[in-house]
Amino acid sequence: MLDIRNLHASVDGKPILRGLDLHVGTGEVHAIMGPNGSGKSTLAQVLAGRDSFTVEDGSVSWDGVDLLAMPTEERARAGLFLAFQYPVEIPGVSNAYFLKAAVNAVRRHRGEPEYDAMDFLKRVKAEMKTVGMREEFLYRSVNEGFSGGEKKRNEVLQMALLEPRLAILDETDSGLDIDALRTVADGVNRLRSPERSMIVITHYQRLLDYIVPDHVHVLSRGRIVRSGGRELAHELEERGYGWIDEAQATPAAQGAAS
Amino acid sequence: MNAPTKPIEAFLEREYPAGFVTALEADALPKGLSEDVIRIISEKKGEPAWLLEWRLEAYRRWLTMTPPHWAQVSFPPIDYQDIVYYSAPKRKADAPKSLDEVDPELLRTYEKLGVPLHERARLAGVAVDAVFDSVSVATTFKKQLGEHGIIFCSFSEAVKEHPELVRQYLGTVVPQGDNFYAALNSAVFSDGSFVYIPKGVRCPMELSTYFRINARDTGQFERTLIIADEGATVSYLEGCTAPMRDENQLHAAVVELVALQGASIKYSTVQNWYPGDKDGKGGIYNFVTKRGDCRGARSHISWTQVETGSAITWKYPSVLLRGDDSVGEFYSVALTNHRQQADTGSKMIHMGRNTKSTIISKGISAGRGSNTFRGLVRVTPKAAGARNYTQCDSLLIGERCAAHTFPTIEVRHPSARVEHEATTSRIGEDQLFYAMQRGLTAEDAVSMIVSGFCKEVFKELPMEFAVEAQKLLGVSLEGSVG
Ligand SMILES: Nc1ncnc2c1ncn2[C@@H]1O[C@H](COP(=O)(O)OP(=O)(O)O)[C@@H](O)[C@H]1O
Ligand SMILES: [Mg+2]
Repeated sequence: MLDIRNLHASVDGKPILRGLDLHVGTGEVHAIMGPNGSGKSTLAQVLAGRDSFTVEDGSVSWDGVDLLAMPTEERARAGLFLAFQYPVEIPGVSNAYFLKAAVNAVRRHRGEPEYDAMDFLKRVKAEMKTVGMREEFLYRSVNEGFSGGEKKRNEVLQMALLEPRLAILDETDSGLDIDALRTVADGVNRLRSPERSMIVITHYQRLLDYIVPDHVHVLSRGRIVRSGGRELAHELEERGYGWIDEAQATPAAQGAAS
Repeated sequence: MNAPTKPIEAFLEREYPAGFVTALEADALPKGLSEDVIRIISEKKGEPAWLLEWRLEAYRRWLTMTPPHWAQVSFPPIDYQDIVYYSAPKRKADAPKSLDEVDPELLRTYEKLGVPLHERARLAGVAVDAVFDSVSVATTFKKQLGEHGIIFCSFSEAVKEHPELVRQYLGTVVPQGDNFYAALNSAVFSDGSFVYIPKGVRCPMELSTYFRINARDTGQFERTLIIADEGATVSYLEGCTAPMRDENQLHAAVVELVALQGASIKYSTVQNWYPGDKDGKGGIYNFVTKRGDCRGARSHISWTQVETGSAITWKYPSVLLRGDDSVGEFYSVALTNHRQQADTGSKMIHMGRNTKSTIISKGISAGRGSNTFRGLVRVTPKAAGARNYTQCDSLLIGERCAAHTFPTIEVRHPSARVEHEATTSRIGEDQLFYAMQRGLTAEDAVSMIVSGFCKEVFKELPMEFAVEAQKLLGVSLEGSVG
């Protein structure tokens, strides 16, 4: 259970999240939609612990633990996973080496035995098949020279390997053709389980045809301004984000001034 | 940006583990340099007249020279009269005849540094010469090496036992007046290692020298000479440390390598002299001249260096490719953290036909470190078919460090092929955040990236030392992530 209350976050003194509330129950899939620049990635990164964002106010409780007090890598080991909107390239470090180090860091934390090279290769190769990645990607540097779609598949691969309790997918669908979108959605759907919560951030409702959310939220100017079921996504698709922005313009401005 | 390198900086705050001082009585000269001081050094070492003359000649040259100013390093002028030019641990009788006669305090020092000199506890398959301040205190495995006709001893001992070899080769690669620091070294050098591998002999073990500066205000001026006779092969490694002190100490060494026809010399350095504290106080000035001479056809000289220590490093291990079909190589990792400065690189001088050289340089700068690569590839008019490949990569950690590259290429033969590649990359906050989001610590992430960056150089190091070097790099980067 993730419980975000009145979250305010800024970067370089510029407020971005301005009193955000969100509750995600265990086993639920929540979609967050919103116009560009509304703060979706900021929310994802604040939850993951990026220290270039400053939390000004509010609280985030994760199964009763103060999430914001945990160091970034502790959050990851405890089962928080972020699929990046822009996955980062790490030249000189092979994907295989990186993935194995990550998986073993998480396994150590869980008190599970670390994988040796053989076990790991078996596991990772099986997962790669399901996300449609060729083996050669194991031996290339992390994300270096990967196409947009290959990077996103690599994110889903890592999510599958790390078996998170809370997965946040930040626009994992953007820039994907329909085949890649299906593979990514399949990867996500396979991970759906009563123990696992997911936050799926997307700009387009298209993804939600494949990953059917339990709840849909609209983020605008740093706050959740509407919540509803699947139908909200369709409404956004038809009417665009303009009406939400207009409806919120006045209260949001007041929020910033106060 | 909001302190994007916070984890990098916290990681780069580190302690220097070799920074202790050994309490020993020393036999030292007063500070200062003059012809008399040189005469005393020479006399203490019982040197023949020709060597004293050679030193004095170097000294007179040195007096007419000025320190080089072209390097990308800055430091206040050195007062050469404020340095002790000779310091040796006091001995009961004369030179120790065996390890049992070496002061136990000294043996403990080397043990603490991870270099056990007792042959029972020795590094498997590695013969060690230990140089403490100005003198060699112990050489291991002499007997076994002697069975192959290999000479591995301190320089002073070589002068006594093999004067003809020393006289034949000394100064033939790095002449007395080569440069300011080499001239100073030629005048006052105290000790170092000497290696001779006879014709056709493949040295059966790694040879290594461990240099330790202990005494205060003392300069270390070691001189190493390695000769591989026709068809001989040897792999040699040097390691270095010094105590933590607030004053800067000068280390001006000269290393000469001679490879005759078909011979091969592999020279590896893991340099971890005290780098100074995080504000740049103290540390060793490491001003070193290293040069190999591929004198015979098909000879091969390879330099590999991992430079993590010293306040300032100024060195350009070079190869003179005289023999036809000879090969010169230079593989380097140079790391500067805090206020460290390194100006390093290599010179490959192609004189023989079909000579080949490779330069792979990896510079890592963190903190306010400054790292400069300086390379010279010269193809002379006789060097038909010469080939060089140079690759020079810089890795920056944090926002306040600097990297520079100054490659020089002079080609005087139309058939030469010279290639140069250079890259600069930065360990970014986004990379660290990405790795940490996957459960890795910032330290793990940095060392993973750094190891990946250095892979090509580490694979050139002898196995036992590759692991050491990797660890050392980890320690040297501690506190670099913030
Ligand atoms: N590191 C940063 N520095 C300055 N401004 C930023 C930074 N990250 C995000 N912002 C700003 O914060 C706002 C929200 O960005 P973001 O969370 O990426 O939006 P979304 O993901 O919804 O498109 C934007 O106005 C963006 O320009
Ligand atoms: Mg975004």
